[in-house]
Amino acid sequence: MKRVQFEHSAVPYLFIAPQILIISIFFLWPAVQALYQSFLLEDAFGMSSQFVWFRNFEDVLTSSSWTRSAIFTVVFSVLVSVLSIAISLFLAVRADEVIRGAKSYKTLLMWGYAIAPPVAGLLGIMMFNPLMGDLYKAFNSFGFEFNHIENANDAAFIVILIAVWKQVSVNFIFFLSGLQGIPKSVQEAATLDCKSPERRFWTITFPLLAPTTFFLLVINLTYAFFETFGIIDVSTKGAPGGSTATLVYKVYVDGFLGADMGGSAAQSVLLMIMVSVLTVFQFRFIERKVHY
Amino acid sequence: MYQSKWRIFTNHTILVLGSLFMILPVWIAFASSTHTREYIFQNGLQFLPGGEFFTNYGAILFDAEATKGRVTALEMLFNSMVLGLGFAIGKVIISMMAAYAIVYFRFKLAVPLFWIIFSTLLLPLEVRIVPSYEVVANLGLLNTYTGLILPLIASATGTFFFRQFYRSVPDELLEAARLDGAGPIRFFIDILVPLSVTMIAAIFIIMFVVGWNQYLWPLLMTTDDQLYTIVIGIKQVYNSLYEGGQIPQFPKAFALTIMASVPPVLVVVIFQRMFVKGLVETEK
Repeated sequence: MKRVQFEHSAVPYLFIAPQILIISIFFLWPAVQALYQSFLLEDAFGMSSQFVWFRNFEDVLTSSSWTRSAIFTVVFSVLVSVLSIAISLFLAVRADEVIRGAKSYKTLLMWGYAIAPPVAGLLGIMMFNPLMGDLYKAFNSFGFEFNHIENANDAAFIVILIAVWKQVSVNFIFFLSGLQGIPKSVQEAATLDCKSPERRFWTITFPLLAPTTFFLLVINLTYAFFETFGIIDVSTKGAPGGSTATLVYKVYVDGFLGADMGGSAAQSVLLMIMVSVLTVFQFRFIERKVHY
Repeated sequence: MYQSKWRIFTNHTILVLGSLFMILPVWIAFASSTHTREYIFQNGLQFLPGGEFFTNYGAILFDAEATKGRVTALEMLFNSMVLGLGFAIGKVIISMMAAYAIVYFRFKLAVPLFWIIFSTLLLPLEVRIVPSYEVVANLGLLNTYTGLILPLIASATGTFFFRQFYRSVPDELLEAARLDGAGPIRFFIDILVPLSVTMIAAIFIIMFVVGWNQYLWPLLMTTDDQLYTIVIGIKQVYNSLYEGGQIPQFPKAFALTIMASVPPVLVVVIFQRMFVKGLVETEK
């Protein structure tokens, strides 16, 4: 809040009106509708519907396909977040140290932010195309018997690889700017006390980067939950047999392709609850960080 | 600072490998997009460019047949541009105004309205796609630019960026402006907007890239080919790769992929400093 503010008048309402209007129409209305639909059961033709309380939720939570998708989503999100954070932290520490070519490396590692998830998905799946993909051939020439079309683990491997590739650049940008924010005097003092760069990293640099890392963890989990939709839809489409479908992808498949409105809405509501928890977590953390 | 020779050597090796990890997939896609489809089919993906650059890219850009629909890549690029610019402009204007009301005014509904805006952060478009689609359909906005852009703007990220920024603007400016007799609208246009130029530019760049790369919403919204963005076009071309028993048109699919990526990547690389500043400072 500002110490000095304008007095009460019609002006603030005028300024805030456009945003509130758009939010009401395109956010509040659909959100309420999702909530309402999650309590309805439509007949097979979508002609009539009846109020069924929590039956949709029961159905969703007890269905094996939802549980499997939930487990996959959690494993996928954790793996993608941890791997992409680890890789980009490793790269950022090295990029912060180099003197020659520092700018070029920075550009070479950060442009990936601009790649759309479905583009990343397409590039990735082409590399594993059985007809011509280099990685597919390379893996199989080592005797892995790699087959992502039938093997669920192999398919999951591809989706994770693409999702990590797409996310490295964002994490890299945040880590590099975090590293550059560490005062030179601290770094020099650490160098005098400790010759080993590895020990210096774990005892000095990493603790100083902890807030950034934690912030990125939340960002990455959110990314793995939602923004990987495009990657999955272009690469595996949830195949084989829904084993690589995240919860968001399942909402889309059930609601749009399967036309199970009630079930899809109930899934949406469950997702909303999960995101709310993540967001509240994130905000509490950010508030704390401001006090540092 | 002291660095051993070995450390310097490994630093460069690791960074070169990291850069290759990022660039190789795109490079292979580019190199493969400049060969004939028969060549790719027989020899697999290519590391070196061939001689079909102009043929393949020309066909994709100007011939709707090559993109498997009724629109050319040029028209898709135009749609993506409209989406990217419309999204960025709309978001910047609307969130600047809302943040101004929240930070600079004391008014009755301030707190509930703030929470309404905040609540949008809890619910990304992805989790409410089905009802959002129905609302837009009810309003008759399917297959229009308005229906494409407006629902995407209904999120609070931009508002929070500007709220954060306005809070860092010194209070003395407002005091001085009021002494000089400037009203709230005058203060906003003559003082706050010019002060925010760097911030606006940074957010604009980020939002343009975000808008350009939208996938799920345009996928649902645009059943009419005429409104396909280039990112959606990729899915269409990819889906029809194996149709008709012909040799798959891999080079043209790659060409479309490259074309979808070049504009946002250029924007990010050219405005790198502004972009990084905006990303890091606003998401804190």
